[in-house]
Amino acid sequence: MASLEINGQSIELDEEGYLVDLGSWTPEVGEALAKAEDVELTDEHWDIINFLREYYEEYQIAPAVRVLTKAVGKRLGKAKGNSKYLYSLFPYGPGKQACKYAGLPKPTGCV
Amino acid sequence: MATKKFMFVNRKAPYGTVYALESLEVVLIAAAFDQDISLAFIDDGVYQITKGQDTTGIGQKNFSNAYKALGDYDISKMYVEKESLEERGLTPDDLMNLVWEDEDDDYKEKSSIILVNREEMAAVMAEQEVTLSF
Repeated sequence: MASLEINGQSIELDEEGYLVDLGSWTPEVGEALAKAEDVELTDEHWDIINFLREYYEEYQIAPAVRVLTKAVGKRLGKAKGNSKYLYSLFPYGPGKQACKYAGLPKPTGCV
Repeated sequence: MATKKFMFVNRKAPYGTVYALESLEVVLIAAAFDQDISLAFIDDGVYQITKGQDTTGIGQKNFSNAYKALGDYDISKMYVEKESLEERGLTPDDLMNLVWEDEDDDYKEKSSIILVNREEMAAVMAEQEVTLSF
């Protein structure tokens, strides 16, 4: 089992690098998860990550990319609610990658 | 990809067995493939979409709010059998407010819940190409 060392604490990850215990997430954990993949998180990344966390809090599911795109457009404006923008921030797939940094499970239906 | 009419038939209470949660997962996967999806809630399955669920006493995740997200997945047909509600002393007011947004009508929120009697439910089922029972 993989793990992430942060401030002397060991945080468990599953075989794909997602948090085992969603409750162990903090913004520092998000940073560290991104850094492990050579990604420096900007404010634009955080907008999406925070949005995902709110979505999960409300609905208890990690949204599919299509749903995320639509919802981001509604919340943050049309300029951000398109897959080109989201893929520019999260080239490995906004669902997969952003959910990982947000400490959510991999979206259902995401392969 | 060809679109098929899928119906997911839910007959079990939300907790105690894993059927309801598994059904929901498969619904979300099918939605990702842009299929024509409807859900049916029959027998104890109607409890899956009741308001005010509280799972603190059983230590399980309360996933009922996930049904509210289904509108975002373009799932707008949730057939609820009237007789099943009545047999359990429930009314439509006991159900969550499940809506979808109609893009062709200025994104107006419309209810996804369609109350049908047993006979009408049978007719809807007969129209389906794929029926999955949980």
